Order: sequence, then structure tokens, then C-alpha cells
Amino acid sequence: MATTFQEALARLRETHVWKSIFRRGPARTNRTRSLAVFGNLFLHFLPVKVREKTLRVRATYYLGSISFLLFAILAITGVLLMFYYHPAVPQAYRDMKDLRFVVSNGVFLRNLHRLAAQLMVAAVFAHMFHVFYRGGYKPPHEFNWVVGVVLLLVTLFLSYTGYLLPWDQLAFWAITVGSNIISAMPFFGKYVRFQLLGGNVVGENALLRFYVLHCVVLPLIAVFFVAIHFWRVQKDGGLTVRNQDGRKEN
Amino acid sequence: MTHSDKPGKGGETPTDGVSRRDFLDEIAFSALGIAVIGSAVVTYRYLSPNVLFEPPTKFRAGSPDLYPLNTVTYLPEQQVYVVRTGEGFFAVSAVCTHLGCVTQWKPEADQIACPCHGSKFTRDGVKIEGPAPRPLPHFLITLTLDGELQVDKLETVKPSQVLKV
Repeated sequence: MATTFQEALARLRETHVWKSIFRRGPARTNRTRSLAVFGNLFLHFLPVKVREKTLRVRATYYLGSISFLLFAILAITGVLLMFYYHPAVPQAYRDMKDLRFVVSNGVFLRNLHRLAAQLMVAAVFAHMFHVFYRGGYKPPHEFNWVVGVVLLLVTLFLSYTGYLLPWDQLAFWAITVGSNIISAMPFFGKYVRFQLLGGNVVGENALLRFYVLHCVVLPLIAVFFVAIHFWRVQKDGGLTVRNQDGRKEN
Repeated sequence: MTHSDKPGKGGETPTDGVSRRDFLDEIAFSALGIAVIGSAVVTYRYLSPNVLFEPPTKFRAGSPDLYPLNTVTYLPEQQVYVVRTGEGFFAVSAVCTHLGCVTQWKPEADQIACPCHGSKFTRDGVKIEGPAPRPLPHFLITLTLDGELQVDKLETVKPSQVLKV
């Protein structure tokens, strides 16, 4: 069985279509393995090789990977939720209710999106604390630490904008309170609040603006900075693993 | 342009050291900068709505006879309390000065209470306790020509100003 599969795979690799996509033969040597990573759009910003000790659970607790996995879950479930959701008053609330009680598996997707969102905030914070206490912000990782801070803010803003979309009482008052906190900002507070809400009260304009921010603007910003974040891990020389006495172990 | 105008040919570059190429670069980048700033301003203007479909800030509150003596009446559409005392009428905002939640009149405690963070006010809007930084503002209340109360939420007045009817 396994041999039939391997034979089929080997035959597939000989086809013109396969070669036109992957261009290289099977990665049997370290050189061809590296080239396979370099030549792949989705892998080229990841390290070509990693030290085994950086893959240990205790090295990172996989907190960054967990954050990224949750982001992927949120992107997929979010797109699926968008097929049933109108960002309008009062339809938004009805659509949310429909997702919970009428649409097949809607309640599963909605709860998955909501739980993953809450877990992602927790995972990003845990990742940040872990990096901080391990000294991962120190040179040469300073820039990537700053990119990480931006990603934390994007995560929090995604969480905040998503909070309004169910258009229930909790959402309405949370955004009322949150936007009044923004207006406490010196000098620009009132203008930022007006622009964010598209008016003076949390209404139709605010719902539409939060929807566009939540579904388009912020995810694009997040993907952009996540790409830089991953790429810089490699460019800054990979993870720094420390001994129990806190020294670098390279 | 004569042949000798080209930089590097016969010392035609200006004495302050700005070559023609640098000059044109500066012009081009300045134009680009102005265009970028201009688009930012235009985009900001685009994102600021000119017409808002929000409740009007000036509204009629009906005949004074609707409000019995020594009562606080909450107008949910406008988020305003109309208070009638022996001295007359005044209008107090129902929006908490802390973070904008709508407060509730509690007649049994003779207080205005905010459900969000526990601020409490008297019927005059004076803060009793809680995180609210300011008292609830009083709005201008007037009588229209046909004898109805009118409240203007954009005009705040001193708490001592009371409409006598």
C-alpha cells in the first residue's frame, strides 16, 4: 500500500505540471532541502534550519505558534461568519441570532470564533510575557520586540472592533464606554472618537466602520506585521535558547 | 538650453552648490510630499460624515402640565431628565459624565444612579459618589410660543437657572 502510494508520488513528481510548480526534484540533500524552502513564497521567510533545542516545549511553549494558529482559525471562521452577517442596524443582531439558532453549525462557528478570539488575546499576552522574562527583547531582537508590541495592539484592536458586531446590549455599552475612554486622550481624543464612530453616538456608522476595520483593515495590518515578525526571527539569528543559569546557549 | 548649461560643463552650476539634478529632485519630492499630505487631508475629510442621522439635540418635551410637581421624568429618546420642583423646571443630562452610560432615576433613594461603574447623583445632577469626574450638566430649557417645553442639549446652563412657568 505504502509502496503504491510512493510510486504514485514518484510518478507525479515526474509530470510536467509538478515540475512547473515546484521546479526542483525531491529534496534529498541538505542543499536541495534549503533550496525548497528558499524557493517557496510561504516558507522563504522562515528559517531554513533550526536547532533541535529551539523546538523543545520549554524553549517557547509554542506560544507564538499558538497565537498564529488561533489567528488562522479566526480568519477562517471569520470569513465563514461574514457569509451570513450584514453590518446594519438592526439586521446585525438578527443575523447573530440566526447564526446561533437557525444556520447549520452556525453556533459552532460563532463560538469557535469568539473563544479563539479570547484565547488569542491570552496567548499573545503569554507569548509577550515569556519573551520578556526570557530576555528575548534584547539585542539583536529589539526591532522584532517592537513589531510584537504592534501585533499586540492590533490583536487588542481586533478584539475591540469585533466586540461591537453582535449589536447586543453588551456590545453597545462596551463600545460606548470604550469610545469615551478614547475621547479622554489629550488634544485629539474627541476627533478620534468622532472618526472612529462616524458620528457622536454609537450607531449605524459606527457599526459599519467597526465591521470594515475588523474584517479588512486590521487583518491586513496583522498579516503584514506577522510576516515581518516571522522573517525577523530568522534574520536576527533564530531563537536564543538560554541555559538554566540564564546564559545563551548557541 | 545652450550646450554650456549642462552641469559639469564649464562651471555653470550655481555658486551655492545646488546642482540642476538636486534642484529637480527637490521639486519632485516636494510635489510628491504635497500630494501625499493633500490626499491624507482629503481622506480625513472624506471619513468625517457631513450628514448624521442622529437624534436631534433640540427637542420639544410637551406641555408643562405633563410633569407633576416635585418629580423627575426620564425621556428615553433624548436621554434627559426633566425635573419639576417648587421653583420651576430644569433639564439634567442622563448621560453619566464618567464614560457615557445612561443613568437611571431611583425614586426610592431620591438619586440618579449609573449602572456601569456606580456613580450616584442628586436630582440636581450633583455627584454624591463614584468615579464620575463632573456633575451631570443642565441643559437650557425654554417655553415655546405655543406653551411647550423645549430642551436644547447643546446649550448647558448653570444649575441655578430654572424655568419658571
